[in-house]
Amino acid sequence: MTLTDTAVTKTIDARGMACPGPLLALIGAIRQGQTGDTIAVLSSDAGSKTDIPAWCAKAKHEIIELVEASGYVQFLVRKTH
Amino acid sequence: MPARVVVLGGGVGGTLAANLLKKELGGEATVTVVDSTGMHIYQPGFLYVALDQANALWLARDERTLLRKGVDLVVEQATRIDPSRQTVELAHGGTLAYDYLVLATGARLDRGAVPGYGDSHDFYSFEGALRLREELRRFKGGRILVGVAGIPYKCPPAPVEFVLMLDEYLRKRGIREKSSVTLLSPLSRAFPIESASKLVQPIFDKQGIGLSTFFNVESVDTAKHTVSSLEGESAEYDILVLVPPHRGAAAVEASGLGDEGGWVPTDRETLQHKSFDRILAIGDATDLPISKSGSTAHFEAPVVASRIASLVRGTAPKVAYGGRVMCFLETGHGRATVLRFDYAHPPVPPTPSRMWHWAKWFFNRAYWVAIPQGRVG
Repeated sequence: MTLTDTAVTKTIDARGMACPGPLLALIGAIRQGQTGDTIAVLSSDAGSKTDIPAWCAKAKHEIIELVEASGYVQFLVRKTH
Repeated sequence: MPARVVVLGGGVGGTLAANLLKKELGGEATVTVVDSTGMHIYQPGFLYVALDQANALWLARDERTLLRKGVDLVVEQATRIDPSRQTVELAHGGTLAYDYLVLATGARLDRGAVPGYGDSHDFYSFEGALRLREELRRFKGGRILVGVAGIPYKCPPAPVEFVLMLDEYLRKRGIREKSSVTLLSPLSRAFPIESASKLVQPIFDKQGIGLSTFFNVESVDTAKHTVSSLEGESAEYDILVLVPPHRGAAAVEASGLGDEGGWVPTDRETLQHKSFDRILAIGDATDLPISKSGSTAHFEAPVVASRIASLVRGTAPKVAYGGRVMCFLETGHGRATVLRFDYAHPPVPPTPSRMWHWAKWFFNRAYWVAIPQGRVG
């Protein structure tokens, strides 16, 4: 398991947060961030694997990488606009 | 010399913690509540006021009448906290020294964070609820949109409750057929918690309530009567009801004690500030990923009081907060359900029924004599 060398602007460690906490934290970070920022979200909630990609598709932000680790998933999301 | 405990905020969490502390510690501590208005507001009532189901006078009481004998009340705005000197500065001069500080400072509404917020309505303040009530009384039909303009916000069930109760309100007035009601949900479903959403969705379908998902309100064009989302969509309205953006208290932010949203970094079990052991936080003020609600504050206050009592006495703390929350969810037409959960157990809400509606009705009325004083655990 390795991540790309993309520089991460902000990391949200949402492990232990129940659904939809990780997605809400990501939405908050996108709201406050700048275009081009890369946000890492760590989530142990199973629902995130569905709702984070679904929201990114709707909002047209890019998921650069999705890495499955032990007990959690790490998403790398680029704010595209 | 008795320990000095200062509680900032006279809402449900601050009032209950102060009362429990005085009851537990008696002469071992002085307990001082600092509140900017000296009035205790029952915020869940705003919803009923906006929908013409309750008189606004029911929502406010003099804080003094809710505090146990021996608890001091200072009606002042706390402006700054100095954790190294253990003092609180007050707006009109003077400082209070503390040995232990409880931040029960709540959330403040930050309407200015939404460009064009302008003539949007809300039911998150006294003034907002009264203004919305008047607007709805004048309403003769049209498009009503209900959206969320920032996360986190108080009382996650409130927008859903509002649209369901609004549907009933419009039917009673005979103008439902001339109106559309749409919830702009920030998520992929009507309600943040999936199990509750599954209960609510059939009611939306049956009542003809619209749902736009993944619609996080970003800006409002009051001239064109359109609201736009972070996701790049827009919708037209005749009445726009928004949950305003929330932030932590100004005094917390001014003192560098909060995160970027002004929320207090709080240990999820001890409820202590993550950097300052002598500062504990309750309710909306914390950064904990659980509901911002009076219920949360109600269940946290005994933990804060017990832990401070242990610290004062130098004994091992006996209790920790397990994330317990209980919220009623009005589903309209005289029915409601209940959400009970904690850190380890997601809610399994029962089918909406008249029984839970009456339970909430009873709770609303019993609040003043039961909750702030700690008569109900």
